[in-house]
Amino acid sequence: MARQTILPFGPQHPVLPEPIHLDLIVEDEHVVEAVPQIGFVHRGLEKLVQTRDYNQFVYIAERVCGICSFGHGYGYASATEQLLGIEIPRRAEYLRAIFEELSRVHSHLLWLGLLADAFGFEALFNHCWRLRETVLDIFQETCGGRIILSIVMVGGMNHDIPDETLAGICQKLDSIKRDYREIVNTMLNDSSIKSRLCGVGYISREDAIDLSMVGPFARASNIHYDVRSTGFGAYGDLDEFVPIVSDECDCYGRCKVRCAEVYQAIDIIKELVAKIPHDGVGKKPGPKVLPPENGQAHVLIEQPRGEAYYYVRGNGTKNLERFRLRTPTSQNLGGLVKALENVDVADVPMIILTIDPCISCTER
Amino acid sequence: MGYSSKSPWLIHYDGSSCNGCDIEVLDSMMPLYDIERFGIINTGNPKHADIFLVTGSINHQNVKVVREIYDQMTEPKVVVACGICACTGGVFRDCYNVLGGVDKAIPVDMYVPGCAVRPENIIDAVLKAVDILDEKAKKLAAGETIEKREVGASLHEAVDGELPVRQPEHTKPGAKREA
Repeated sequence: MARQTILPFGPQHPVLPEPIHLDLIVEDEHVVEAVPQIGFVHRGLEKLVQTRDYNQFVYIAERVCGICSFGHGYGYASATEQLLGIEIPRRAEYLRAIFEELSRVHSHLLWLGLLADAFGFEALFNHCWRLRETVLDIFQETCGGRIILSIVMVGGMNHDIPDETLAGICQKLDSIKRDYREIVNTMLNDSSIKSRLCGVGYISREDAIDLSMVGPFARASNIHYDVRSTGFGAYGDLDEFVPIVSDECDCYGRCKVRCAEVYQAIDIIKELVAKIPHDGVGKKPGPKVLPPENGQAHVLIEQPRGEAYYYVRGNGTKNLERFRLRTPTSQNLGGLVKALENVDVADVPMIILTIDPCISCTER
Repeated sequence: MGYSSKSPWLIHYDGSSCNGCDIEVLDSMMPLYDIERFGIINTGNPKHADIFLVTGSINHQNVKVVREIYDQMTEPKVVVACGICACTGGVFRDCYNVLGGVDKAIPVDMYVPGCAVRPENIIDAVLKAVDILDEKAKKLAAGETIEKREVGASLHEAVDGELPVRQPEHTKPGAKREA
């Protein structure tokens, strides 16, 4: 038997845009076990909820993560509205769902690019990120920012998006479809990519359930679970929503699921834009509206990376007592460690990327 | 113009940012903004890098990592703090785990504000950093020592001066550069 050595991976590593540290216990080129160490991005953001007004905290919640920033604002705002007993107009719900799906498109494109980078396909990486700019342009036109949108607030949306702009968004998404189809074709059918992805990082359906994995990572292991199918927000008004699953259970399956989810997200946006009602976008709750003492509320949202759980508890003042967020990546870390057992060192970057880790969400 | 300013190499480390600035740093290297047209290459090896882009604030866990990367870079080197969190701690400066801006750990040459910082600003800062790199290279060639900004000399030094800041020996005033 070969001698065991420990290979430190990260926190600063070319393949990782974000810091996570893994001690890879290797025998020759073979990883026996991976021991993750996190905490490099921990800020202690949840604690800030006690020092900020519940209206102000939306902007802090958005800064949990720069990729799914809209989703975190959405989750926090929905949970707080539930706590305060506020009903928001349907148009605001629709707009939130539209922005959530736009975030999914840009997040998945970003991820596809990073995956291409991990196996050294630089041109594909650049093409994915070029396409992603279209979505960022939409954000910039409608909200002013590329990353932090600050369009969601407790009680609705900060401003309305006119119907013409929404129609323009659909057109833009249609225009990237052609380029996107080519990227997907390369991603899923190129023989060199297939040989890097197929059979790598296998997680069986049973393991995925045992490790309570969520999001595309779980759906690639044939688990039919997507929070959107429970019909929260505007998703309940969709004609039909079927989670995209794959039974490949490996890196290729995860890539396939995410590729298909972009098409699905574009279809959802178009359907919502066609159905959007006109009943205003809501307004900020007045200064007299305070969260009830010991009242609590929780909300589940399907982020690009999977199910995220938001919990808020009030204490009768304008500051909330507790804000808790359970992110998809923290759920999936168990699966990552499992997937890293008995693989080659060369496959480690791919496997880490296929869970689509978002460390700044996880550590907050 | 020295060789390093013709083609400076970048290294990027994400302190405790929300990922937004982080993605924008990567974005500035992508086809739309394409910082690589200035001869710039993104590297993962601190020893090859001339410009150190740090995003996000410094916390108790990553302060050692940031210093380690900085110490491994060879002179001349320039540090660019990208985004408001890297400059001062930003919205997270009240968090219990956040020590403050990057200048709490290492000397910073350029501060780029923004939440999230825009790719145009990053490109602007990197090009200005190249000038600083040039100056430093000239000084080194003339046999002079490079004066460094003192670590921790920032806005909130007065607010929380007792933070555990380790100043590397060679950055202390009067210290001699090792041959």
